Amino acid sequence: MAAIGVIALNTFRESLRDKILYNLLLFAGLLIGLSVLLADLSIMEHHKIVADMGLAAINLTGVIIAMFVGISLVNKEIDRRTVYTIMARPISRTCFILGKYAGLALTLLVNVAIMLAVFLITLSLYHVPIGVAIFQAVGLIFMELLVVTAIALFFSTFSSSMLSAILTLGMYVIGHLTTDLKGIAGKSPSETANMIMNGLYYLSPNLEAFNIKGQAAMGISVSPDYLVLASLYGFAYAAVLVTGACVIFQRRDF
Amino acid sequence: MERIVNAIVIEKLTKTYASGWLGRPPFVALSGLSLTVERGEIFGFLGPNGAGKTTTLKIILGLVRATSGTAMLLGKPAGDVETRRKVGFLPESPYFYDYLTAEEFLGFYGQLAGLARTEIAPRISALLELVGLVDARSRQLRKFSKGMLQRIGLAQALIHDPELVILDEPMTGLDPVGRKQVRDLILSLRDRGKTVFFSTHILPDVEMICDRVGVVMKGRLLASGRVEDLLRQGHTQSVEIVCQDFNAEDSATVRSYATRILQQGRQCLVVLPNADLVDRLVTEIRQRGGRLLSVTPHKASLEDLFFPSPRHTTSDVPTEVLSGRQN
Repeated sequence: MAAIGVIALNTFRESLRDKILYNLLLFAGLLIGLSVLLADLSIMEHHKIVADMGLAAINLTGVIIAMFVGISLVNKEIDRRTVYTIMARPISRTCFILGKYAGLALTLLVNVAIMLAVFLITLSLYHVPIGVAIFQAVGLIFMELLVVTAIALFFSTFSSSMLSAILTLGMYVIGHLTTDLKGIAGKSPSETANMIMNGLYYLSPNLEAFNIKGQAAMGISVSPDYLVLASLYGFAYAAVLVTGACVIFQRRDF
Repeated sequence: MERIVNAIVIEKLTKTYASGWLGRPPFVALSGLSLTVERGEIFGFLGPNGAGKTTTLKIILGLVRATSGTAMLLGKPAGDVETRRKVGFLPESPYFYDYLTAEEFLGFYGQLAGLARTEIAPRISALLELVGLVDARSRQLRKFSKGMLQRIGLAQALIHDPELVILDEPMTGLDPVGRKQVRDLILSLRDRGKTVFFSTHILPDVEMICDRVGVVMKGRLLASGRVEDLLRQGHTQSVEIVCQDFNAEDSATVRSYATRILQQGRQCLVVLPNADLVDRLVTEIRQRGGRLLSVTPHKASLEDLFFPSPRHTTSDVPTEVLSGRQN
Protein backbone atom coordinates (compact mmCIF):
# COMPACT_ATOMS: atom_id res chain seq x y z
CA MET A 1 0.00 0.00 0.00
CA ALA A 2 2.89 2.35 0.79
CA ALA A 3 4.15 1.89 -2.76
CA ILE A 4 0.84 3.25 -4.12
CA GLY A 5 1.42 6.42 -2.10
CA VAL A 6 5.03 6.73 -3.31
CA ILE A 7 3.96 6.37 -6.97
CA ALA A 8 1.01 8.73 -6.45
CA LEU A 9 3.15 11.44 -4.86
CA ASN A 10 5.71 11.15 -7.63
CA THR A 11 2.98 11.47 -10.26
CA PHE A 12 1.67 14.52 -8.42
CA ARG A 13 5.19 16.00 -8.25
CA GLU A 14 5.62 15.41 -11.99
CA SER A 15 2.41 17.40 -12.63
CA LEU A 16 3.53 20.20 -10.34
CA ARG A 17 6.77 20.56 -12.31
CA ASP A 18 5.01 20.55 -15.66
CA LYS A 19 4.66 24.05 -17.11
CA ILE A 20 1.65 23.03 -19.21
CA LEU A 21 -0.39 22.64 -16.06
CA TYR A 22 0.28 26.22 -15.02
CA ASN A 23 -0.67 27.41 -18.49
CA LEU A 24 -3.95 25.52 -18.20
CA LEU A 25 -4.63 27.04 -14.80
CA LEU A 26 -3.92 30.47 -16.25
CA PHE A 27 -6.31 29.65 -19.06
CA ALA A 28 -8.99 28.70 -16.52
CA GLY A 29 -8.39 31.95 -14.60
CA LEU A 30 -8.75 33.95 -17.81
CA LEU A 31 -11.99 32.13 -18.67
CA ILE A 32 -13.39 32.86 -15.23
CA GLY A 33 -12.34 36.50 -15.61
CA LEU A 34 -13.89 36.61 -19.06
CA SER A 35 -17.22 35.56 -17.58
CA VAL A 36 -17.35 38.92 -15.76
CA LEU A 37 -16.73 40.73 -19.02
CA LEU A 38 -19.43 38.75 -20.82
CA ALA A 39 -21.85 39.31 -17.97
CA ASP A 40 -21.26 43.05 -18.25
CA LEU A 41 -22.06 42.91 -21.96
CA SER A 42 -25.28 40.95 -21.50
CA ILE A 43 -28.62 42.59 -20.83
CA MET A 44 -29.86 40.30 -18.07
CA GLU A 45 -29.01 37.39 -15.73
CA HIS A 46 -25.53 38.73 -14.97
CA HIS A 47 -25.12 36.50 -11.97
CA LYS A 48 -26.09 33.37 -13.88
CA ILE A 49 -23.61 34.08 -16.69
CA VAL A 50 -20.74 34.62 -14.25
CA ALA A 51 -21.55 31.40 -12.35
CA ASP A 52 -22.27 29.37 -15.47
CA MET A 53 -19.08 30.37 -17.27
CA GLY A 54 -16.97 29.91 -14.18
CA LEU A 55 -18.24 26.37 -13.66
CA ALA A 56 -17.76 25.61 -17.36
CA ALA A 57 -14.17 26.88 -17.17
CA ILE A 58 -13.44 24.60 -14.20
CA ASN A 59 -15.03 21.67 -16.02
CA LEU A 60 -13.25 22.27 -19.34
CA THR A 61 -9.82 22.79 -17.80
CA GLY A 62 -10.26 19.74 -15.58
CA VAL A 63 -11.29 17.56 -18.53
CA ILE A 64 -8.29 18.75 -20.57
CA ILE A 65 -5.92 17.89 -17.71
CA ALA A 66 -7.62 14.54 -17.03
CA MET A 67 -7.49 13.54 -20.70
CA PHE A 68 -4.05 14.71 -21.67
CA VAL A 69 -2.26 13.71 -18.52
CA GLY A 70 -4.35 10.53 -18.23
CA ILE A 71 -3.57 9.20 -21.72
CA SER A 72 0.17 9.54 -21.12
CA LEU A 73 0.15 8.16 -17.57
CA VAL A 74 1.19 4.65 -18.56
CA ASN A 75 2.33 5.13 -22.15
CA LYS A 76 4.97 7.67 -21.25
CA GLU A 77 6.42 5.33 -18.65
CA ILE A 78 6.71 2.55 -21.22
CA ASP A 79 7.96 4.74 -24.09
CA ARG A 80 10.62 6.36 -21.94
CA ARG A 81 11.42 3.03 -20.27
CA THR A 82 11.07 4.47 -16.77
CA VAL A 83 8.74 1.55 -16.12
CA TYR A 84 11.72 -0.85 -16.21
CA THR A 85 13.30 0.46 -13.03
CA ILE A 86 9.92 0.85 -11.29
CA MET A 87 8.77 -2.67 -12.10
CA ALA A 88 12.14 -4.06 -11.03
CA ARG A 89 11.26 -2.85 -7.50
CA PRO A 90 9.17 -4.81 -5.04
CA ILE A 91 5.86 -3.36 -6.20
CA SER A 92 3.09 -5.11 -8.09
CA ARG A 93 1.76 -3.89 -11.39
CA THR A 94 -1.61 -3.28 -9.74
CA CYS A 95 0.03 -0.97 -7.20
CA PHE A 96 1.69 0.90 -10.04
CA ILE A 97 -1.61 1.50 -11.87
CA LEU A 98 -3.43 2.46 -8.66
CA GLY A 99 -0.59 4.81 -7.74
CA LYS A 100 -0.65 6.51 -11.13
CA TYR A 101 -4.43 6.92 -10.92
CA ALA A 102 -4.30 8.24 -7.37
CA GLY A 103 -1.53 10.68 -8.35
CA LEU A 104 -3.56 12.15 -11.17
CA ALA A 105 -6.67 12.27 -8.99
CA LEU A 106 -4.66 14.25 -6.42
CA THR A 107 -3.41 16.59 -9.16
CA LEU A 108 -6.98 17.16 -10.31
CA LEU A 109 -8.18 17.72 -6.76
CA VAL A 110 -5.57 20.42 -6.18
CA ASN A 111 -6.27 22.04 -9.54
CA VAL A 112 -10.01 22.03 -9.04
CA ALA A 113 -9.49 23.49 -5.56
CA ILE A 114 -7.33 26.31 -6.98
CA MET A 115 -9.86 27.01 -9.75
CA LEU A 116 -12.70 26.93 -7.20
CA ALA A 117 -10.87 29.48 -5.06
CA VAL A 118 -10.40 31.80 -8.06
CA PHE A 119 -14.03 31.24 -8.98
CA LEU A 120 -15.30 32.04 -5.48
CA ILE A 121 -13.20 35.23 -5.36
CA THR A 122 -14.63 36.25 -8.73
CA LEU A 123 -18.19 35.54 -7.52
CA SER A 124 -17.73 37.53 -4.34
CA LEU A 125 -16.12 40.45 -6.19
CA TYR A 126 -19.11 40.48 -8.52
CA HIS A 127 -21.53 40.12 -5.59
CA VAL A 128 -22.96 36.86 -6.90
CA PRO A 129 -24.58 34.89 -4.05
CA ILE A 130 -22.52 31.81 -3.21
CA GLY A 131 -24.84 28.93 -2.34
CA VAL A 132 -24.38 25.24 -1.66
CA ALA A 133 -25.32 24.50 -5.29
CA ILE A 134 -21.98 25.91 -6.48
CA PHE A 135 -20.09 23.47 -4.24
CA GLN A 136 -22.33 20.59 -5.32
CA ALA A 137 -21.66 21.38 -8.99
CA VAL A 138 -17.90 21.54 -8.47
CA GLY A 139 -18.04 18.29 -6.47
CA LEU A 140 -19.78 16.51 -9.32
CA ILE A 141 -17.36 18.05 -11.84
CA PHE A 142 -14.59 16.39 -9.83
CA MET A 143 -16.49 13.09 -9.96
CA GLU A 144 -16.73 13.42 -13.73
CA LEU A 145 -12.99 14.06 -13.89
CA LEU A 146 -12.32 10.88 -11.92
CA VAL A 147 -14.34 8.93 -14.49
CA VAL A 148 -12.61 10.63 -17.45
CA THR A 149 -9.19 9.92 -15.87
CA ALA A 150 -10.15 6.26 -15.47
CA ILE A 151 -11.21 6.11 -19.14
CA ALA A 152 -7.92 7.69 -20.28
CA LEU A 153 -5.90 5.39 -18.02
CA PHE A 154 -7.78 2.32 -19.26
CA PHE A 155 -7.07 3.10 -22.92
CA SER A 156 -3.46 4.08 -22.24
CA THR A 157 -2.66 0.60 -20.92
CA PHE A 158 -3.06 -1.00 -24.34
CA SER A 159 -2.97 1.69 -27.03
CA SER A 160 -0.75 4.53 -28.21
CA SER A 161 -1.15 8.05 -26.84
CA MET A 162 -2.85 9.23 -30.04
CA LEU A 163 -5.34 6.34 -30.10
CA SER A 164 -5.97 6.74 -26.36
CA ALA A 165 -6.73 10.43 -26.91
CA ILE A 166 -9.18 9.66 -29.72
CA LEU A 167 -10.91 6.88 -27.77
CA THR A 168 -11.11 8.91 -24.57
CA LEU A 169 -12.48 11.94 -26.40
CA GLY A 170 -15.00 9.68 -28.16
CA MET A 171 -16.14 8.19 -24.85
CA TYR A 172 -16.39 11.67 -23.35
CA VAL A 173 -18.61 12.92 -26.18
CA ILE A 174 -20.76 9.77 -26.14
CA GLY A 175 -20.92 10.01 -22.35
CA HIS A 176 -22.66 13.36 -22.67
CA LEU A 177 -25.06 12.05 -25.30
CA THR A 178 -26.23 8.83 -23.64
CA THR A 179 -29.79 10.11 -23.16
CA ASP A 180 -29.95 10.90 -26.87
CA LEU A 181 -28.61 7.43 -27.69
CA LYS A 182 -31.44 5.87 -25.71
CA GLY A 183 -33.92 8.09 -27.53
CA ILE A 184 -32.52 7.12 -30.95
CA ALA A 185 -32.59 3.45 -29.97
CA GLY A 186 -36.29 3.71 -29.23
CA LYS A 187 -37.15 5.46 -32.47
CA SER A 188 -34.99 3.71 -35.06
CA PRO A 189 -36.76 1.14 -37.29
CA SER A 190 -33.52 -0.84 -37.70
CA GLU A 191 -33.02 -3.62 -35.16
CA THR A 192 -29.22 -3.48 -35.60
CA ALA A 193 -29.13 0.27 -35.03
CA ASN A 194 -31.26 -0.23 -31.91
CA MET A 195 -28.87 -2.86 -30.60
CA ILE A 196 -25.80 -0.68 -31.23
CA MET A 197 -27.40 2.37 -29.64
CA ASN A 198 -28.59 0.35 -26.64
CA GLY A 199 -25.13 -1.22 -26.32
CA LEU A 200 -23.46 2.19 -26.39
CA TYR A 201 -25.99 3.51 -23.90
CA TYR A 202 -25.29 0.79 -21.35
CA LEU A 203 -21.51 0.67 -21.89
CA SER A 204 -20.81 4.40 -21.98
CA PRO A 205 -20.60 6.44 -18.82
CA ASN A 206 -23.55 8.73 -18.28
CA LEU A 207 -21.49 11.88 -17.79
CA GLU A 208 -24.61 14.05 -17.87
CA ALA A 209 -25.38 12.62 -14.42
CA PHE A 210 -22.55 14.82 -13.13
CA ASN A 211 -23.69 17.92 -14.96
CA ILE A 212 -25.71 20.16 -12.66
CA LYS A 213 -23.95 23.37 -13.72
CA GLY A 214 -27.00 24.96 -15.29
CA GLN A 215 -29.20 24.71 -12.21
CA ALA A 216 -26.29 25.47 -9.86
CA ALA A 217 -25.73 28.74 -11.76
CA MET A 218 -29.30 29.63 -10.90
CA GLY A 219 -28.73 28.71 -7.27
CA ILE A 220 -30.83 25.54 -7.39
CA SER A 221 -29.24 22.72 -5.41
CA VAL A 222 -29.80 18.97 -5.83
CA SER A 223 -30.87 16.59 -3.09
CA PRO A 224 -28.18 14.86 -1.00
CA ASP A 225 -29.56 11.52 -2.27
CA TYR A 226 -28.82 12.55 -5.84
CA LEU A 227 -25.29 13.58 -4.89
CA VAL A 228 -24.65 10.27 -3.14
CA LEU A 229 -26.10 8.20 -6.00
CA ALA A 230 -24.20 10.13 -8.69
CA SER A 231 -20.98 9.83 -6.69
CA LEU A 232 -21.48 6.09 -6.14
CA TYR A 233 -22.13 5.68 -9.85
CA GLY A 234 -18.96 7.62 -10.67
CA PHE A 235 -16.82 5.65 -8.22
CA ALA A 236 -18.23 2.34 -9.48
CA TYR A 237 -17.66 3.21 -13.14
CA ALA A 238 -14.13 4.41 -12.44
CA ALA A 239 -13.41 1.33 -10.32
CA VAL A 240 -14.45 -1.00 -13.15
CA LEU A 241 -12.19 0.83 -15.61
CA VAL A 242 -9.21 0.96 -13.25
CA THR A 243 -9.65 -2.77 -12.56
CA GLY A 244 -9.71 -3.38 -16.31
CA ALA A 245 -6.55 -1.28 -16.67
CA CYS A 246 -4.85 -3.36 -13.94
CA VAL A 247 -5.83 -6.65 -15.63
CA ILE A 248 -4.51 -5.48 -19.03
CA PHE A 249 -1.33 -4.02 -17.54
CA GLN A 250 -0.72 -7.28 -15.70
CA ARG A 251 -0.44 -9.10 -19.01
CA ARG A 252 1.77 -6.59 -20.81
CA ASP A 253 5.36 -7.17 -21.87
CA PHE A 254 7.67 -4.17 -21.67
CA MET B 1 17.72 -22.88 6.62
CA GLU B 2 18.79 -23.97 3.13
CA ARG B 3 21.32 -21.70 1.52
CA ILE B 4 20.57 -20.93 -2.09
CA VAL B 5 23.79 -21.54 -4.02
CA ASN B 6 22.71 -20.09 -7.33
CA ALA B 7 21.60 -16.51 -7.72
CA ILE B 8 20.07 -17.08 -11.14
CA VAL B 9 19.00 -20.33 -12.77
CA ILE B 10 17.65 -20.16 -16.31
CA GLU B 11 16.40 -23.32 -17.99
CA LYS B 12 15.40 -23.71 -21.63
CA LEU B 13 14.17 -20.15 -21.89
CA THR B 14 12.39 -19.30 -25.12
CA LYS B 15 10.80 -16.03 -26.12
CA THR B 16 8.95 -15.58 -29.37
CA TYR B 17 7.39 -12.32 -30.52
CA ALA B 18 4.49 -12.42 -32.95
CA SER B 19 5.39 -10.57 -36.14
CA GLY B 20 2.06 -8.78 -36.30
CA TRP B 21 1.83 -9.32 -40.05
CA LEU B 22 0.14 -12.16 -41.83
CA GLY B 23 2.56 -14.54 -43.50
CA ARG B 24 5.62 -13.28 -41.65
CA PRO B 25 7.24 -15.74 -39.27
CA PRO B 26 7.37 -14.83 -35.58
CA PHE B 27 10.62 -13.37 -34.27
CA VAL B 28 12.52 -15.73 -31.98
CA ALA B 29 14.43 -13.63 -29.45
CA LEU B 30 15.53 -16.54 -27.25
CA SER B 31 15.74 -20.18 -28.12
CA GLY B 32 16.17 -22.72 -25.32
CA LEU B 33 18.68 -20.67 -23.37
CA SER B 34 19.96 -22.18 -20.13
CA LEU B 35 22.55 -20.78 -17.75
CA THR B 36 23.38 -20.51 -14.07
CA VAL B 37 24.86 -17.62 -12.12
CA GLU B 38 26.39 -18.57 -8.81
CA ARG B 39 26.16 -16.44 -5.70
CA GLY B 40 29.00 -14.00 -5.12
CA GLU B 41 30.37 -14.04 -8.65
CA ILE B 42 30.57 -11.52 -11.45
CA PHE B 43 28.91 -13.05 -14.46
CA GLY B 44 29.30 -11.36 -17.83
CA PHE B 45 26.54 -11.93 -20.34
CA LEU B 46 28.08 -11.37 -23.75
CA GLY B 47 26.71 -11.01 -27.18
CA PRO B 48 26.35 -8.63 -30.08
CA ASN B 49 23.39 -6.26 -30.33
CA GLY B 50 20.16 -8.18 -30.86
CA ALA B 51 21.56 -11.44 -29.47
CA GLY B 52 18.87 -11.69 -26.77
CA LYS B 53 20.73 -10.28 -23.75
CA THR B 54 18.17 -7.61 -22.81
CA THR B 55 15.26 -10.00 -23.39
CA THR B 56 16.86 -12.46 -20.96
CA LEU B 57 17.31 -9.74 -18.33
CA LYS B 58 13.73 -8.57 -18.80
CA ILE B 59 12.41 -12.10 -18.33
CA ILE B 60 14.34 -12.72 -15.12
CA LEU B 61 13.06 -9.39 -13.77
CA GLY B 62 9.47 -10.18 -14.73
CA LEU B 63 9.21 -7.34 -17.26
CA VAL B 64 8.61 -9.79 -20.08
CA ARG B 65 6.98 -13.21 -19.95
CA ALA B 66 8.82 -16.19 -21.39
CA THR B 67 7.10 -18.20 -24.09
CA SER B 68 8.49 -21.34 -22.46
CA GLY B 69 11.17 -22.37 -19.99
CA THR B 70 11.82 -21.18 -16.46
CA ALA B 71 13.92 -18.57 -14.72
CA MET B 72 14.63 -18.56 -10.99
CA LEU B 73 16.01 -15.59 -9.10
CA LEU B 74 17.46 -16.18 -5.64
CA GLY B 75 15.48 -19.39 -5.43
CA LYS B 76 12.14 -17.84 -6.43
CA PRO B 77 10.40 -17.77 -9.82
CA ALA B 78 11.18 -14.71 -11.96
CA GLY B 79 8.66 -11.96 -11.40
CA ASP B 80 8.20 -12.68 -7.69
CA VAL B 81 7.58 -9.25 -6.17
CA GLU B 82 9.22 -9.90 -2.80
CA THR B 83 12.43 -11.24 -4.38
CA ARG B 84 12.90 -7.87 -6.08
CA ARG B 85 13.63 -6.41 -2.65
CA LYS B 86 17.03 -8.11 -2.97
CA VAL B 87 17.66 -7.15 -6.58
CA GLY B 88 19.03 -3.94 -8.09
CA PHE B 89 18.64 -3.22 -11.78
CA LEU B 90 20.08 -0.72 -14.23
CA PRO B 91 18.52 -0.83 -17.70
CA GLU B 92 20.36 -0.04 -20.91
CA SER B 93 20.49 3.68 -21.84
CA PRO B 94 18.27 4.55 -18.91
CA TYR B 95 15.85 7.44 -19.03
CA PHE B 96 14.75 8.58 -15.63
CA TYR B 97 12.29 11.11 -14.26
CA ASP B 98 14.22 14.18 -15.38
CA TYR B 99 12.19 16.60 -13.26
CA LEU B 100 13.66 15.08 -10.09
CA THR B 101 16.92 16.17 -8.53
CA ALA B 102 19.56 13.49 -7.92
CA GLU B 103 18.65 13.43 -4.24
CA GLU B 104 14.88 13.20 -4.87
CA PHE B 105 15.48 10.53 -7.48
CA LEU B 106 17.43 8.27 -5.15
CA GLY B 107 14.94 8.97 -2.36
CA PHE B 108 12.08 7.89 -4.62
CA TYR B 109 13.75 4.59 -5.48
CA GLY B 110 14.70 4.06 -1.84
CA GLN B 111 11.05 4.47 -0.84
CA LEU B 112 9.97 2.08 -3.61
CA ALA B 113 12.44 -0.47 -2.28
CA GLY B 114 10.72 -0.20 1.10
CA LEU B 115 13.52 1.59 2.97
CA ALA B 116 12.65 3.74 5.96
CA ARG B 117 13.22 7.50 5.60
CA THR B 118 15.92 7.35 8.27
CA GLU B 119 17.82 4.74 6.23
CA ILE B 120 17.44 6.58 2.94
CA ALA B 121 19.29 9.83 3.75
CA PRO B 122 22.64 8.25 4.67
CA ARG B 123 22.39 5.82 1.74
CA ILE B 124 21.87 8.73 -0.67
CA SER B 125 24.96 10.55 0.62
CA ALA B 126 27.09 7.40 0.47
CA LEU B 127 25.98 6.50 -3.05
CA LEU B 128 26.39 10.02 -4.43
CA GLU B 129 29.90 9.91 -3.03
CA LEU B 130 30.49 6.47 -4.57
CA VAL B 131 29.41 7.51 -8.08
CA GLY B 132 31.03 10.93 -7.85
CA LEU B 133 27.89 13.04 -8.01
CA VAL B 134 27.98 14.80 -4.64
CA ASP B 135 28.16 18.22 -6.29
CA ALA B 136 25.12 17.42 -8.44
CA ARG B 137 22.85 16.25 -5.61
CA SER B 138 20.44 19.20 -5.97
CA ARG B 139 20.55 19.33 -9.76
CA GLN B 140 17.61 18.08 -11.84
CA LEU B 141 18.39 15.01 -13.94
CA ARG B 142 17.42 16.90 -17.12
CA LYS B 143 20.67 18.84 -16.67
CA PHE B 144 22.77 15.66 -16.39
CA SER B 145 25.12 14.41 -19.12
CA LYS B 146 24.75 10.87 -20.47
CA GLY B 147 27.61 9.63 -18.31
CA MET B 148 26.13 11.27 -15.20
CA LEU B 149 22.77 9.61 -15.92
CA GLN B 150 24.50 6.26 -16.18
CA ARG B 151 26.18 6.84 -12.82
CA ILE B 152 23.00 8.00 -11.06
CA GLY B 153 21.32 4.94 -12.60
CA LEU B 154 23.92 2.74 -10.96
CA ALA B 155 23.29 4.50 -7.66
CA GLN B 156 19.54 3.80 -7.86
CA ALA B 157 20.28 0.14 -8.53
CA LEU B 158 22.30 0.02 -5.30
CA ILE B 159 20.14 2.25 -3.06
CA HIS B 160 18.73 -0.71 -1.09
CA ASP B 161 22.04 -2.61 -0.90
CA PRO B 162 20.76 -5.54 -3.00
CA GLU B 163 22.18 -9.06 -2.94
CA LEU B 164 21.99 -9.38 -6.70
CA VAL B 165 22.81 -6.53 -9.07
CA ILE B 166 21.67 -6.83 -12.69
CA LEU B 167 23.18 -4.32 -15.09
CA ASP B 168 22.29 -4.01 -18.76
CA GLU B 169 25.22 -2.55 -20.70
CA PRO B 170 26.52 -0.53 -17.73
CA MET B 171 29.54 0.83 -19.63
CA THR B 172 27.47 2.41 -22.40
CA GLY B 173 27.94 6.15 -22.67
CA LEU B 174 30.88 6.26 -20.30
CA ASP B 175 34.32 7.65 -21.07
CA PRO B 176 37.41 5.54 -20.22
CA VAL B 177 37.58 7.02 -16.70
CA GLY B 178 33.88 6.33 -16.13
CA ARG B 179 34.28 2.77 -17.41
CA LYS B 180 37.12 2.16 -15.02
CA GLN B 181 35.00 3.53 -12.16
CA VAL B 182 32.18 1.15 -13.06
CA ARG B 183 34.58 -1.78 -13.31
CA ASP B 184 36.01 -0.93 -9.88
CA LEU B 185 32.49 -0.60 -8.50
CA ILE B 186 31.50 -4.01 -9.83
CA LEU B 187 34.64 -5.56 -8.32
CA SER B 188 33.94 -3.88 -4.97
CA LEU B 189 30.41 -5.31 -5.01
CA ARG B 190 31.83 -8.81 -5.42
CA ASP B 191 34.27 -8.15 -2.59
CA ARG B 192 31.24 -7.41 -0.41
CA GLY B 193 29.68 -10.76 -1.33
CA LYS B 194 27.21 -9.45 -3.89
CA THR B 195 26.38 -11.18 -7.15
CA VAL B 196 26.71 -9.11 -10.30
CA PHE B 197 25.10 -10.20 -13.56
CA PHE B 198 25.76 -7.80 -16.36
CA SER B 199 25.29 -7.77 -20.07
CA THR B 200 27.67 -6.12 -22.46
CA HIS B 201 29.07 -6.23 -25.93
CA ILE B 202 32.36 -4.64 -24.82
CA LEU B 203 34.50 -7.75 -24.44
CA PRO B 204 37.69 -6.37 -22.90
CA ASP B 205 35.64 -5.25 -19.87
CA VAL B 206 34.40 -8.78 -19.40
CA GLU B 207 37.83 -10.35 -19.72
CA MET B 208 39.12 -7.99 -17.08
CA ILE B 209 36.55 -8.42 -14.33
CA CYS B 210 34.30 -11.44 -14.84
CA ASP B 211 34.58 -14.69 -12.96
CA ARG B 212 32.45 -16.45 -15.52
CA VAL B 213 30.78 -15.52 -18.76
CA GLY B 214 27.95 -16.68 -20.95
CA VAL B 215 28.14 -15.98 -24.67
CA VAL B 216 24.83 -15.58 -26.43
CA MET B 217 24.21 -15.28 -30.14
CA LYS B 218 20.89 -15.20 -31.99
CA GLY B 219 19.06 -16.20 -28.82
CA ARG B 220 21.21 -19.25 -28.14
CA LEU B 221 23.94 -19.77 -25.59
CA LEU B 222 27.16 -20.47 -27.47
CA ALA B 223 29.33 -21.08 -24.42
CA SER B 224 29.45 -20.56 -20.69
CA GLY B 225 32.22 -20.90 -18.16
CA ARG B 226 35.32 -19.30 -16.69
CA VAL B 227 37.03 -16.81 -18.99
CA GLU B 228 40.40 -18.65 -18.85
CA ASP B 229 38.74 -21.98 -19.64
CA LEU B 230 36.93 -20.53 -22.63
CA LEU B 231 40.10 -18.90 -23.90
CA ARG B 232 41.99 -22.18 -23.51
CA GLN B 233 39.35 -24.02 -25.54
CA GLY B 234 39.99 -21.77 -28.50
CA HIS B 235 43.48 -23.05 -29.55
CA THR B 236 43.97 -19.94 -31.57
CA GLN B 237 46.91 -18.48 -29.71
CA SER B 238 49.56 -16.98 -31.93
CA VAL B 239 53.21 -16.45 -31.06
CA GLU B 240 55.33 -13.49 -32.10
CA ILE B 241 59.08 -14.15 -32.42
CA VAL B 242 61.60 -11.35 -32.89
CA CYS B 243 65.16 -12.26 -33.86
CA GLN B 244 68.30 -10.72 -35.32
CA ASP B 245 70.65 -11.70 -38.15
CA PHE B 246 68.21 -14.28 -39.46
CA ASN B 247 66.84 -14.26 -42.97
CA ALA B 248 63.29 -15.54 -42.60
CA GLU B 249 62.87 -16.25 -46.31
CA ASP B 250 65.58 -18.89 -46.11
CA SER B 251 63.68 -20.89 -43.49
CA ALA B 252 61.36 -23.65 -44.65
CA THR B 253 59.47 -23.56 -41.34
CA VAL B 254 58.76 -19.89 -41.73
CA ARG B 255 57.75 -20.19 -45.36
CA SER B 256 55.38 -23.06 -44.56
CA TYR B 257 53.74 -21.94 -41.33
CA ALA B 258 54.25 -18.26 -40.51
CA THR B 259 51.19 -16.06 -40.80
CA ARG B 260 53.28 -12.91 -40.98
CA ILE B 261 56.94 -12.03 -41.58
CA LEU B 262 58.39 -8.58 -41.19
CA GLN B 263 62.05 -8.10 -42.10
CA GLN B 264 63.45 -4.75 -41.01
CA GLY B 265 67.18 -4.32 -41.41
CA ARG B 266 68.93 -6.92 -39.26
CA GLN B 267 65.77 -7.61 -37.28
CA CYS B 268 63.02 -9.98 -38.23
CA LEU B 269 59.53 -10.53 -36.80
CA VAL B 270 57.76 -13.84 -37.41
CA VAL B 271 54.22 -14.62 -36.31
CA LEU B 272 53.39 -18.30 -35.88
CA PRO B 273 49.78 -19.52 -35.63
CA ASN B 274 50.39 -21.58 -32.48
CA ALA B 275 52.99 -22.44 -29.85
CA ASP B 276 53.78 -25.90 -31.26
CA LEU B 277 56.23 -24.54 -33.86
CA VAL B 278 58.14 -22.25 -31.52
CA ASP B 279 60.82 -24.75 -30.49
CA ARG B 280 61.46 -25.76 -34.09
CA LEU B 281 61.90 -22.18 -35.24
CA VAL B 282 64.04 -21.16 -32.26
CA THR B 283 66.38 -24.10 -33.00
CA GLU B 284 66.56 -23.11 -36.66
CA ILE B 285 67.35 -19.47 -35.79
CA ARG B 286 70.24 -20.56 -33.57
CA GLN B 287 71.54 -23.09 -36.08
CA ARG B 288 71.69 -20.37 -38.74
CA GLY B 289 73.61 -18.03 -36.43
CA GLY B 290 70.69 -15.80 -35.62
CA ARG B 291 69.98 -14.31 -32.21
CA LEU B 292 66.66 -14.67 -30.48
CA LEU B 293 65.38 -11.35 -29.06
CA SER B 294 61.88 -12.20 -27.82
CA VAL B 295 59.09 -14.76 -27.90
CA THR B 296 55.63 -13.30 -27.14
CA PRO B 297 52.60 -15.55 -26.98
CA HIS B 298 49.38 -13.77 -27.98
CA LYS B 299 46.35 -14.91 -26.04
CA ALA B 300 43.20 -15.19 -28.10
CA SER B 301 40.49 -12.84 -26.83
CA LEU B 302 36.84 -13.76 -26.38
CA GLU B 303 36.18 -11.59 -29.37
CA ASP B 304 38.54 -13.75 -31.47
CA LEU B 305 36.80 -16.87 -30.23
CA PHE B 306 33.17 -16.00 -30.53
CA PHE B 307 32.83 -13.00 -32.79
CA PRO B 308 35.59 -13.43 -35.34
CA SER B 309 35.92 -10.80 -38.02
CA PRO B 310 38.22 -11.03 -41.05
CA ARG B 311 40.65 -8.81 -39.14
CA HIS B 312 40.88 -11.36 -36.37
CA THR B 313 40.90 -14.62 -38.31
CA THR B 314 44.56 -15.41 -38.57
CA SER B 315 44.14 -18.65 -40.50
CA ASP B 316 42.70 -16.78 -43.46
CA VAL B 317 45.55 -14.32 -43.68
CA PRO B 318 47.99 -15.28 -46.43
CA THR B 319 51.66 -15.46 -45.57
CA GLU B 320 53.28 -12.23 -46.53
CA VAL B 321 56.85 -11.05 -46.63
CA LEU B 322 57.38 -7.35 -46.18
CA SER B 323 61.04 -7.02 -46.92
CA GLY B 324 62.52 -4.20 -44.95
CA ARG B 325 59.59 -1.78 -45.16
CA GLN B 326 56.27 -1.52 -43.44
CA ASN B 327 53.51 0.73 -44.67
